[in-house]
Amino acid sequence: MSVVRVDLEGVASRALAVRREADEPRSPVVRFGPDKPLKLDARVELSPFQVAYQTYGTLNADKSNAILICHALSGDQYVIGEHPATGKPGWWETMVGPGKPIDTDRYFVICPNVLGGCMGTTGPASRNPATGEPYGLSLPVITIRDTVRAQAMLLDQLGIETLFCVTGGSMGAMQALQWAVSYPERVFAALPLAGAARHSAQNIAFHEVGRQAIMADPDWRDGRYLLEGTNPRRGLAVARMAAHITYLSDAALHRKFGRKLQDRETWTFGFDADFQVESYLRHQGSMFVERFDANSYLYITRAMDYFDLAADYDGVLAHAFKGAKTRFCLVSFTSDWLFPTSDARAIVHALNAAAAPVSFAEIETDKGHDAFLLEEPELFAIVNGFLDGAARARGLSAAKG
Amino acid sequence: MLAREGDSPAATASVPRVDLLVVADMVTPGSRVLDVGCGDGELLRLLSEKRGVDARGIEISREGVNHCVAKGLAVIQGDADVDLADYPNDAFDYVILSQTLQATRRPRWVLEQMLRIGRHAVISFPNFGHWRIRLQLLTRGRMPVTQNLPDSWYDTPNIHFCTLRDFVELVRAVDARMERSVSLDRHGRRVRLYAPLGFWNLFGEQAVFLLSRKS
Repeated sequence: MSVVRVDLEGVASRALAVRREADEPRSPVVRFGPDKPLKLDARVELSPFQVAYQTYGTLNADKSNAILICHALSGDQYVIGEHPATGKPGWWETMVGPGKPIDTDRYFVICPNVLGGCMGTTGPASRNPATGEPYGLSLPVITIRDTVRAQAMLLDQLGIETLFCVTGGSMGAMQALQWAVSYPERVFAALPLAGAARHSAQNIAFHEVGRQAIMADPDWRDGRYLLEGTNPRRGLAVARMAAHITYLSDAALHRKFGRKLQDRETWTFGFDADFQVESYLRHQGSMFVERFDANSYLYITRAMDYFDLAADYDGVLAHAFKGAKTRFCLVSFTSDWLFPTSDARAIVHALNAAAAPVSFAEIETDKGHDAFLLEEPELFAIVNGFLDGAARARGLSAAKG
Repeated sequence: MLAREGDSPAATASVPRVDLLVVADMVTPGSRVLDVGCGDGELLRLLSEKRGVDARGIEISREGVNHCVAKGLAVIQGDADVDLADYPNDAFDYVILSQTLQATRRPRWVLEQMLRIGRHAVISFPNFGHWRIRLQLLTRGRMPVTQNLPDSWYDTPNIHFCTLRDFVELVRAVDARMERSVSLDRHGRRVRLYAPLGFWNLFGEQAVFLLSRKS
C-alpha cells in the first residue's frame, strides 16, 4: 500500500493518511481481539484494540535484557532511526543506540505507541469496528494506567515476563512510575526522567489551554474532522506553541533568541512574526500538525491530567511503593518548571518512606523540561551508571546479548 | 554531605582511607546500610564491594550525587538535617555518618533520627579535644587550623565541633548504648586500645563510635 504524501495532497487525502497510519501502521502491531478486551479505568472495555511498537537490539536467551521506553506526549514509537512519516531522526537519538547509554548492543529496547496515540495504537483516529468510522470523541477517555495495562498485554504477547528497566521522560516517566506500581514484580529497574507522581494544577491548566485552542478551531467539527474532510491545524498548532514554551526555560529562550528579529532590520508595526522566537514557535506548531492528530492530543493530555499515583492509596504516595523491590533512579533538571525538582523529590521521599532502593540526581541546565531529550553529558553518565549497576545486579553480561 | 576533611586525591585514588576501613569494619556483611553524607561514594563502594552490603547514600552536593549515581550507587540528593525524617523506623541495620556530624545544623536531631531509622549508628568525627587543637587555641588564641581541619573558621563547613568527651555526653543524652569506639591519630592509626577516655580525648584526632538503641 503506497503512502499518501501529506504535503502534496489535499486535506481529504491527509485524512486518509492519518486513518491509514492509525489502522495499518508501518510499525509492527499486535492486535487484541474480542477475547482479550482492555479494561479501562473509565469502567468500559475497549475491544478490539491494537498496540503498535518498535524494537531495537536483540532479546537475549533468558529474556532478561528488555528495556521498555515510554514516549512523551508528542513522541511516538520511533525512538531512533528515520521517522517514516517525517523523515527526521528519532526523538531519543542522544540516549539510545549502539554504544549509547541505553545501549542497543546490550539491551533489547521496546517502545510502544501510547493508547490514544495516532501512530498505530488504538486512538481516536482508529476505525471503530462498530461504525466503520474513526472513533473521534466516541473513544472512551483513557488513562496512563490504561496505557500501561495495554503495554503489559503487549509484553505478554511478546513473551517478556520481566523488564530489566522501564524508562521515559515526562509522560514517559509517568508510565514508568505506573509500571513500577501496577506491576512491581515485572520491573527490575525504573528510570523516570523529568516526571511527577501527579499532574499539577499548573500543568492541567496549560493542557486545558491547548485543548480549548483545538476545540475552538472551526475545522475541529466537534471532533469529526476526519469524516468531514477538515483539519483543525490552527488549533493544534496553537496548542503545540503554548505547550512548547513550557518545555523550555526563560534562560534557554533568551540564550537562543533574545529579542532578535526574524530576517528584518526593524519592527514592521504589524502582527507578522517580527521576532525570531515567534517564527520559531510558528515553525514548531506547523511541523507538529503534519504528524499529529488533534483528537489524539485531547486524549493524551487528558490521560496526563488524570494521572495521580497516590489517588488509589488514600493520597499517600509511599503506600503506592510499599514493599517495592524495583531499583529506582530519578532525574530532574534545575530549569524544568513543568516537572520541577520538587516533584521528583516528592517521589524520592515516598520511596524512602517505603525503604525502596532509590537514586536521585538533579542536573544543572538551562534547557528546561526538554533537557531529557537533549545533549546532557551528565545525564548520559547517570543513565549509563545506573543501568550498568542494575545490569550487574541482574547478572547481565557486559558484552552483547 | 560535605567534602570530607582530609580528603586528598592520593587518599581517594585506590587505597581506602583508614577511617573508612574502621567504619566498614563495624558493619556486619550483608546488612542494609544508609551512609548519610556519602560524598563521592567511596565508603558505599567499599561496603557494597567488599562486604556485600545493600548500601544507600544521601549526599547534599549535586556533584557528589551525580558522581555516585554514575558509578551505579544508590544515592539521592538530600539534606541530612531535613530528609532523615522521611525514612521509616528500622529501615536499615546501620546508619553511618562519616565525618559529617560536625557539619550538621542539628547534630542531636540527626543522631536521634539515625538511631530511629537504623538499629545501629556508626559515627566518625574529628575530635576537637586533641592536644594540638587545645595547644593552638591556648598559645595563639585563634581557632585552630590543622592538617585534618584545614579551613579557617569563616569558611569551614564545620559548624558544630565537639570533643570526644562532648560526644560521649550526647550519646548519654539521647540514651543510646555505646557498643564500640575507636580513636585514630593523625595518620589514621589506632590510638592505644585500652585507655581512659581522657587519654583518647587528648591523643585521638578522630573518633569512630558504634552505637545502638537501648530499647
